[in-house]
Amino acid sequence: MSTSLSTQPARPEHDTAPGPAIAVDGLTREFDERPVLRDVSLRLGRGATLAVLGPNGSGKTTLLRILATLLRPSSGSVGVLDAELPREAWRVRGRVGFIGHDPLLYRDLTLREALTFHARLHRLDERASARVAELLRAVSLERTADELVRNLSAGMLQRAAACRAVLHEPELLLLDEPFDHLDPAARDLVSELLRTAPGRTRVVVSHDVEAALDAADRALALRHDGSVAYEGPAPGLSPGDARAIYTGRK
Amino acid sequence: MSAFRAILAKDLRVELRTLESVPAMALFAVTTFVLFRFGLDRDSLAGGLAGGVLLATILFAAIVAVNRLFVAEREQGGFDAIRLAPVDAVALWAAKAVALVIYLAAFELVAVPIFAAFFLDSWAGIGPLVAILALADLGLGAVGALVSSLAASSRARDLVGPLVLLPLLVPVMIASAKGAEQLLAAGGPSYSGLGKWLAILALYDLTFAAIGFAVFDFVIED
Repeated sequence: MSTSLSTQPARPEHDTAPGPAIAVDGLTREFDERPVLRDVSLRLGRGATLAVLGPNGSGKTTLLRILATLLRPSSGSVGVLDAELPREAWRVRGRVGFIGHDPLLYRDLTLREALTFHARLHRLDERASARVAELLRAVSLERTADELVRNLSAGMLQRAAACRAVLHEPELLLLDEPFDHLDPAARDLVSELLRTAPGRTRVVVSHDVEAALDAADRALALRHDGSVAYEGPAPGLSPGDARAIYTGRK
Repeated sequence: MSAFRAILAKDLRVELRTLESVPAMALFAVTTFVLFRFGLDRDSLAGGLAGGVLLATILFAAIVAVNRLFVAEREQGGFDAIRLAPVDAVALWAAKAVALVIYLAAFELVAVPIFAAFFLDSWAGIGPLVAILALADLGLGAVGALVSSLAASSRARDLVGPLVLLPLLVPVMIASAKGAEQLLAAGGPSYSGLGKWLAILALYDLTFAAIGFAVFDFVIED
């Protein structure tokens, strides 16, 4: 892997007195009047990692999409990187790296073309080709760079999604199951790409309770109904208690 | 501008690679001309009938492309990608509108000569018809990109697109068919009053360009 690989976030020019990276109060989100998130509040300092745990359907992905400016909250206040969402979403866009359930790569482009397209959206312009090549090397995809995205395996797509998420060296990484479909070797490569770095804040949704809590400074555990079962320092939540939340015993 | 160029280049590259829109439009047009030829039982058309057949065919063929315009954005996360980037959403609308105009122009390069070969006794009106088709294409591009993005977020998108689009295109149809009527007249093209129809088309284009510019940000937000 290239030793010159840049993984540290670029500092925004207007960021003179940064508050917490994420400040959420009383967040509720409904779909067709059915609450998916109920009264969620949390604070996450800059440079910290938050593990988001909870059973399927507890609203983890919805929370990430709201923080990424892709969904609007139904009620409550959401602050991300000192911008109030959704009103100031434009201030956050371009400063967040997002991995969701979809790789967000056009299937009829080659992998190199797809990533270069994202690099151009993020205004990397003349640096785009070099940055894409650097990231593809970092996740050992340089030999599949000219394959169509539609022909890539799920694991390759996940590695490509990780490249896309860090292309523009974002300050905030929102990662929904970032190690899905990865073999152990690929997992190591992607971990390196998404690792903690000075000034980089991470929110990681994972069902690997032990690994998520080990890597996190803070934890948020959601119940089946989207309410908060735990929000606080990660060491304050034992893996056993976290599992009890999954089974509905907490 | 960089985002506009990136999105437009991506769309054109994908169309050249997959040939999903323009060939389908051309095939649709040829089939329609064959149907008109036998349905009307005429091997020669002129004036209003010629203009109507040509413009109606172009308009319905355009729906093929309009329905496909945002398929990749909807199914492959393109909307999310744009919203995660520091990009004015208007760049997406503008790139899609220009892509649609390019598809229509490429389609018309094939469809209009076939129409002329099928139905016209004289090709004299085809040259000046380019101005009418160009203005009609700009209007179709502006409205088509807007309606297609609205329909993309609807469950009944295949129905919503044409249902919203066709009434909005009535002014384009009237002005371009009236202009074409004069250019495809039996005795040769007539240019008197043609400027009025060109001006109406240009006004329509400007109006919907302004509407797209003003509202597209709201269209792609949650």
